[in-house]
Amino acid sequence: MSLPAERIDTDRAFLSGNEAAARGAWEAGVEVAAAYPGTPSTEILETLAQLPGVYAEWSTNEKVALEVALGASMMGRRAICAMKHVGVNVAADSLMTMGLVGVKAGLVLAVSDDVGFSSSQNEQDSRVWGRFVHLPVFEPCDAAEAYGMTRDAFELSERFQVPVLLRLTTRVSHVRRAVTVGDRAPLDASRHGYERDTERWVITPNHVGKRIDLRAERDAALAREATASPWNVIDGGADARFGFIVSGAPTPAVREAFPDAPVLKLGFSHPLPLELARRFAASVERVLVVEEVDPLVETELRAAGIPVHGKDLLPLRGEITVAEIEQAVARLDGGALTPGTSSTPNTIRPAAALFPRPPTLCAGCPYLGVYFWLGHLKDVIITGDIGCYTLGCNPPWNAIDTIISMGASLGVAHGMAKVSAGDEKPKAILATIGDSTFLHSGMSALANMVYQQANVTVLLLDNRTTAMTGGQDNPATGHALGGADASRVDFAKLVEALGVRRERIRVVDPYELPTFFKALREEIKAQEPSVVVTTRPCVLSSDFERLNPLEVIEEKCNGCARCLDLGCPAIGVTRREQQTRASGAVVELAFVAIDPATCTGCDLCAKACGQDAIVPRQAALAH
Amino acid sequence: MHAAVAHTNVMVVGIGGQGVMTAAEVVARAALASGFDASKTEVSGMSQRGGIVCSQVRIGRKVMASEIRPGEADLLIALEVAEGLRWSHWLAPGGVAYVNTFQAVPPIVASGAATYPAAPLEDAAAAGAEVLAVNADAMAKALGDRRLSNTIMLGTAAARLPFPPDALKRTLLERFAADHPMRTLNARAFDAGAAVELGAVAMRREDEKTKI
Repeated sequence: MSLPAERIDTDRAFLSGNEAAARGAWEAGVEVAAAYPGTPSTEILETLAQLPGVYAEWSTNEKVALEVALGASMMGRRAICAMKHVGVNVAADSLMTMGLVGVKAGLVLAVSDDVGFSSSQNEQDSRVWGRFVHLPVFEPCDAAEAYGMTRDAFELSERFQVPVLLRLTTRVSHVRRAVTVGDRAPLDASRHGYERDTERWVITPNHVGKRIDLRAERDAALAREATASPWNVIDGGADARFGFIVSGAPTPAVREAFPDAPVLKLGFSHPLPLELARRFAASVERVLVVEEVDPLVETELRAAGIPVHGKDLLPLRGEITVAEIEQAVARLDGGALTPGTSSTPNTIRPAAALFPRPPTLCAGCPYLGVYFWLGHLKDVIITGDIGCYTLGCNPPWNAIDTIISMGASLGVAHGMAKVSAGDEKPKAILATIGDSTFLHSGMSALANMVYQQANVTVLLLDNRTTAMTGGQDNPATGHALGGADASRVDFAKLVEALGVRRERIRVVDPYELPTFFKALREEIKAQEPSVVVTTRPCVLSSDFERLNPLEVIEEKCNGCARCLDLGCPAIGVTRREQQTRASGAVVELAFVAIDPATCTGCDLCAKACGQDAIVPRQAALAH
Repeated sequence: MHAAVAHTNVMVVGIGGQGVMTAAEVVARAALASGFDASKTEVSGMSQRGGIVCSQVRIGRKVMASEIRPGEADLLIALEVAEGLRWSHWLAPGGVAYVNTFQAVPPIVASGAATYPAAPLEDAAAAGAEVLAVNADAMAKALGDRRLSNTIMLGTAAARLPFPPDALKRTLLERFAADHPMRTLNARAFDAGAAVELGAVAMRREDEKTKI
């Protein structure tokens, strides 16, 4: 596994925070990297997978990924595990134990918080885990720090035998900055090797007490380390009327807003270097704590008797921007402090009520056919899950009733079905879940559903990739990270092995609208757990085959707009008309055209069309 | 303005899948290659599925915060026409928008739940923005490849950057180092874009003369 270090483009690179963290890990001699993809963390592993001397894998979920990293560390290999903030919830069981037993070779848990929740079901402050699990927390504010801190985190982790939590945020993960990078240090093979130590690695109750005592000693030593850390620095400023204590990410915004203000910049932010903070607070008239998301530093400083401002003036959610820092100071100071930037008044009026652009399914996406039908079903409850198919909650489908967390569609549907069965008019319960999400955390819920016989129709939407995060491989794609052939989970066999009766397992082509609907109706009627597996690959995957685009025969289109219920972005409206029916009812007609550049020729709209007005482009030209 | 805070703020906007982030990265890398500090940022994620994407590049001697605020953009490059309107109030006084007249009509409009503006460029101009319309898709098709439209847009806007247009062109063409035909096509597309801006400048001068 340990390849010799190679020289690759050292010097100044233009890197995102994620790429920079990966680079820092590589230079520190990381040998194992495991992750589950999730915005905004995905590029950490994608970058490491390109670097020599690193075994990298997409694990089936975050808990597995963390355990893979732990196993490597026990064997004396430096390891990194990356995930988004909600991934830590999945990994938490093992992580809590790792706070007690620690690690052997350096182990860094890189967590990227979706601050501003652009692509997540919530906003979580991962620094909380540092307090909960007793882990040191590093918080870079830009790519250069992500690089340097990750490199240093391995040394710290190894010296204190503790995982280091590298807390990134969306802005830090995705902003590109110039970073001066170095080279991979020669591997220290003396680290390698396994030593049996059951008093430590076997965390049975008789070993817990000692580990808790050792953890307390470690906490105290880490607090001393944080106080002396070069990542916690006082950046003196001329104007002592107001000082800022900044935890990681908002540092550039603070510096832009108030270039002359004294700043205590916390990069090694937990354990909090209290004495440093006390000294800093004494040197300025007032202190504003700037941190995203929860008031953690603020609360701890107040508890230590250091008077500070914080979330009384700054938002409790989302990124803290230059404008918000300026406003916070203005509110406290009545405008006495002049910000470093003079924001220019807007001279251009914002556009009035412009249409929104919610994310959409792609043209030809196999989920279009699925949600077309789900949107037409009456008297059903449909639980959804996390992935591209989450978008089925949007118009025109409006076909999802719940989204909770990875894998939750099955458990929630199960509970609904169990109680609905006793109702006078039981509702049909459907659950939609993708291939990667099913393998991540849906399988155990399906085993339960079958075991308890909950009447749920599961739609296992297999598009042969982890689509929403950019098409990562998983155990059902037939490829490993990097493209090598790998075994491929057979979902029909898998769900049969979990106990679903063979008659209740349907493998269908979601492009074949009539047969798909027939199978769906039959399985909804069946009074037992059933699974409908759809088979078409993601249109963005290499498995997808684009066909001749389609076009609309204008004279045949009657404006019924049924094809628009598919929600395909390739179909556009050319004109709208109102028509008064014999009954006196006024109907809205919409005549359509298909963009040949976007159309994949999947034929879904042709099958939805009652007028046979949609045909392959070649044939239409012959008309 | 204080030298430390003198920035050129560039926004590239469009919709997910159009190559917004790549176009912005070319601008930022060209700035770095020209001796400036630069940052590039956007919030992507789910918006990569046909949603709104706004990539922000700040160029200066030293860049601190990476986000651009409304009223601070010196240059707006819009790869879709309604997106040009959506972000036009981000322009600073004296800022210019270069807008591809290409329209991407989303399903929410096709379904009748929302309407697409009839004249987005006129709306932006009426709101006070200086707008240059570029029919980059037609130009790209004429050059032989629809994918060239972003290169054309970069060509039109190049003269507005704080470094020579050639630096932008060089950085852009590095992306096609291994593909000679695409490199040649992109070079041609960049020049075609730059010529549009030159023509527009000439027309503006004519207008000035007429006024006099």
